[in-house]
Amino acid sequence: MSQAQPEAMDILARYQRLPGVADELFDPAGHMRPVWRRFVARFLRLSSDDIRARFERGDQYLRDAGVFYRQYSNDPLAERDWPLSHIPVILHEQEWDQICAGLTQRANLLEQVMADLYGPARLVADGHLPAELIARSEQWLRPMVGVPPRGGHYLHFLAFEIGRSPDGTWFVVGDRTQAPSGAGFALENRMATGRIFPERFPRAHIHKLAGFFGTFRDAMEDLASPSYKRPKVSAILTPGPSNDTYYEHTYIARYLGMMLLEGEDIVVENGEAMVRTIEGLQPLGMLWRRIDATFGDPLEFDENSHIGAPGLMDAVRSGELGLANAFGSGILESRAMMAFLPRVAEVLTGGPLMIPNIATWWCGGEAERAYVRENVENMLIGPADAVNLPFDLDSSTALGGKFMGDAKESISDWLEREGDRLVGQEAVTLSTTPAWEDTEDGGQVVPRPMTVRVFAARTATGWQFMKGGYARIGRSNDATALAMQSGGSVADVWIVADKPLPKVVSRTDEPDNYRRTSPGTLPARAADNLYWLGRYVERTEDAVRLIRAYHLRLAATDNRNDVRLKTLYAYMEGFGFDLNETFPTTLIQRIQATLACASKVRDRFSTDGMLALKDLLKTAKRMQETVQPGDDCARAMSVLIRKMAGISGLVHENMYRSAGWRFLSFGRALERADAVAAVLAEFADPDAPEGSLDLAVEVGDSIITHQRRYRVETSRNAVVDLLALDADNPRGLLFLIRQLGIHGAALPDAERDGRPSDVMKAILPLETELACATPEELTSERILSIRSDLGRISDLLTTVYLR
Amino acid sequence: MLYDLGLTITYSYASPSDRARTILRLLPANVPGVQTVRQRLLEIMPLPEERRDGRDFFGNETSMVAWHSPISELSLKVTAQVERFEPAPLFDFSPPLEQLPQELAGLQSLDPEAPHHFRCASPRVSTFDEITAYAKECLTDGVTVLGAIEAVGRALHKDMKFDAEATDVDTPLQDAFEKRHGVCQDFAHIMISALRGIGIPAAYASGFLRTFAPPGQPRLEGADAMHAWVRAWAGNQMGWVEFDPTNDQFAGGDYITIGYGRDYGDVAPVRGAMRSSGEHTTTQAVDVIPHEDAVASD
Repeated sequence: MSQAQPEAMDILARYQRLPGVADELFDPAGHMRPVWRRFVARFLRLSSDDIRARFERGDQYLRDAGVFYRQYSNDPLAERDWPLSHIPVILHEQEWDQICAGLTQRANLLEQVMADLYGPARLVADGHLPAELIARSEQWLRPMVGVPPRGGHYLHFLAFEIGRSPDGTWFVVGDRTQAPSGAGFALENRMATGRIFPERFPRAHIHKLAGFFGTFRDAMEDLASPSYKRPKVSAILTPGPSNDTYYEHTYIARYLGMMLLEGEDIVVENGEAMVRTIEGLQPLGMLWRRIDATFGDPLEFDENSHIGAPGLMDAVRSGELGLANAFGSGILESRAMMAFLPRVAEVLTGGPLMIPNIATWWCGGEAERAYVRENVENMLIGPADAVNLPFDLDSSTALGGKFMGDAKESISDWLEREGDRLVGQEAVTLSTTPAWEDTEDGGQVVPRPMTVRVFAARTATGWQFMKGGYARIGRSNDATALAMQSGGSVADVWIVADKPLPKVVSRTDEPDNYRRTSPGTLPARAADNLYWLGRYVERTEDAVRLIRAYHLRLAATDNRNDVRLKTLYAYMEGFGFDLNETFPTTLIQRIQATLACASKVRDRFSTDGMLALKDLLKTAKRMQETVQPGDDCARAMSVLIRKMAGISGLVHENMYRSAGWRFLSFGRALERADAVAAVLAEFADPDAPEGSLDLAVEVGDSIITHQRRYRVETSRNAVVDLLALDADNPRGLLFLIRQLGIHGAALPDAERDGRPSDVMKAILPLETELACATPEELTSERILSIRSDLGRISDLLTTVYLR
Repeated sequence: MLYDLGLTITYSYASPSDRARTILRLLPANVPGVQTVRQRLLEIMPLPEERRDGRDFFGNETSMVAWHSPISELSLKVTAQVERFEPAPLFDFSPPLEQLPQELAGLQSLDPEAPHHFRCASPRVSTFDEITAYAKECLTDGVTVLGAIEAVGRALHKDMKFDAEATDVDTPLQDAFEKRHGVCQDFAHIMISALRGIGIPAAYASGFLRTFAPPGQPRLEGADAMHAWVRAWAGNQMGWVEFDPTNDQFAGGDYITIGYGRDYGDVAPVRGAMRSSGEHTTTQAVDVIPHEDAVASD
């Protein structure tokens, strides 16, 4: 151990505290704070190789779990790796309890302000909040005025961004009251740091996060169904896959076993919100809203919103639906609110804020405007109704007397002209915390500014706080707001005790709580996406086989004018493929469509499956650049076929046999049946050019079976028998239609009062016909009309289950 | 004067609209001192499965209606009898324009009638430098608020051309302003933007205007149209006044109000999600008939 010491000391040797800034690791006198000592002592014993290996384990976990951060874009791959800062922020439980006490006061205060702004508006009438500030905000939603929230509370889930002042005390940088994100990421950070520091120390000393989520879910469920006579479900409402925190929504939905809904999943009837599921409409009692309120209901809020549900506000008004948090809670996030909260706290609670917020002045008042102007060097000036955190600087902001964007005027002119739309906020200094920095000679620990996001959930017994959190770490050693802009990293927050903590048994993981939670009813939209995912995967595979067949023949003949090649070319052209392109762009698009479909059901699709699909797309794109016509391309296609087999295997071997799996499998079988029918109609037609039958067998992936079964020259009858009528050929029509029957019979209401569902009524006669038919009876014409039968089955499935 | 009002709007959808849900704002409101509604009736065909009448934040009459099965046609028919009081002649009690900010600052209220709702950008009406500059051009030194309202309204009437074909309901107001043309909605939105730009709270008023047949000709049935004008706040003492930039006049006894809002979006007669991807066609017929005439022609 002692040999490692000199190198280890180097790691901290360059840890230079910044003057006038609080540091998490060292106190002002330069002594290491007790809460860090034992951890640091252990850390210092690690060699830099060991440190690197541990960090890599954490990163590997995040990659394997598919943790990513999404940027708004149409490209399904525009996802950034999760920027984990590997060293946690460590806080003592006593300090944490004080923070939570202060934030409990703040949470209750915010609830009171909310109730007043959507109720009597006494704070406005009494001059504690300016009327124009509220009336101007896009976040103050008029339809909510006078509408009491279900269960009596507006706010249920909050986040607070806090920072530490140079004097060591904490202050609030921002309140997240609309749809706070980050709680799911905090969980993932914890999982990753668990891989980095797996030993009993420190693990046994760290407070767990899991109980917090269970508590909140239970609270949501109680609010959803206050009466057991009429149970209602609770669910999470997401803006959808293009949102930057969609990953987190799917993660939390999976973690808590809650339904993840998009606006189109919800129907409002007679003032009641309901989920469209494959078993019909199910009443919704509570929604954890991750979508901004203004997009929540195009009828009453932003009329251009396509991600909300028409009538949702009506369901809230009728008291049938509760929201966490209520529509309109975004008003509390506006920067200007910070200017008034200290006074409002005095008025409503009779005392000051236990934890102050960042000092803020609304420039609508003359005295405040003058103060901001005189102290412009130490001010961050920006829009009063902006809801982003003060350090999310954009072009509409000025810091330290300088505009971030192009300025057309001086700051004092700006203040004079638009004062009532602006706030000045003290350009705060944050504390620094240790972060790892790779260097040429290994690495070192450096101080970086940080803020901590704290999460609070309302329960029947009051506000409960996540014992831990999510820290944002700045990217340079400048402890002001500038370093906190995008591009920084995130860290786990450990709340530690002096002694090992007793193992907490939460309500969800009690040993005898083996009760299987029902997987819940499948929303119709998710079923629809899974169905199409099945179809797209199959459709892609089908195209790959045909492209391979083309290039095998091209390699053999070296003549694109060969009649079989021309037939194949024309056939693929009918599906939008240009086979003169060696690697058709249409194929890339098909893979992209498959991936897009999968990302819409990320909460129900395995992480491995998702990674495999991404890998497929990456490989295909790489191949597209280099692949040569003929053999080379045929080999490339074989690689893709093997990769796709891997994906199918993951789905087939690992996916829980839920209704979702049924829809996915139904889609695959139906698409494959359609492809087989199309190939048979084209290439097993008596008029097809010579060699077509072999092609049909090859595309049907049945060469070996064919050779073994028939041992003769290919004949139409043999091929039709094998690809249509043989009940044991998994690529044969009869087999596939029997699959449709098996999956169809397992869907809800497949049989009601002894009568089959419409879907089954369409499948059964087809199955019987194929079971009895001879190859001669199955003319090309009949095979073509089987394709329309399949189209009708798809339509019926959609009508009965998917809308 | 007592009016008999008739309004019929029909929609026809190329492909049936499933689970249609709309908020209708078609029934005239009681406005104290301005108009009293004697009778009103809204008939909706096909009959919706849901209908709940109520009032929105600004006090406008709303009907939330929904159909649970697909509809391919829709007919909305309003009949109402409204007594409109002839407004008293306007005397200018309004403060000088530069004093308006102080009056506003002294008013701390979020009541629906409070001017604060109408001072700033709303979803369809923002302020624009060109329009604000245009409004400032209309002002004279020491002008009162009422004087400013009238000056801006009359200037817009003079400079803008009424053109029923040039714009549609979603044309951005700056486009209409740039080309100086449009219909009553454009006139109203531009004037609202202009007034807000110079600090005067301004609202959108929707309703009906009685029109007169050319001399010697009978009034054509259904020939009237829904109308829009501007309601502006002229200080504590005068309160709200209404000016119609399309017709260059303060709104008098010929104007019947359906409702007020920050812009068209707040008072759109039919707002809603028709879950239909196809095209639709619509017709509108409006009758505003003084009751005596209606009785006489019986």
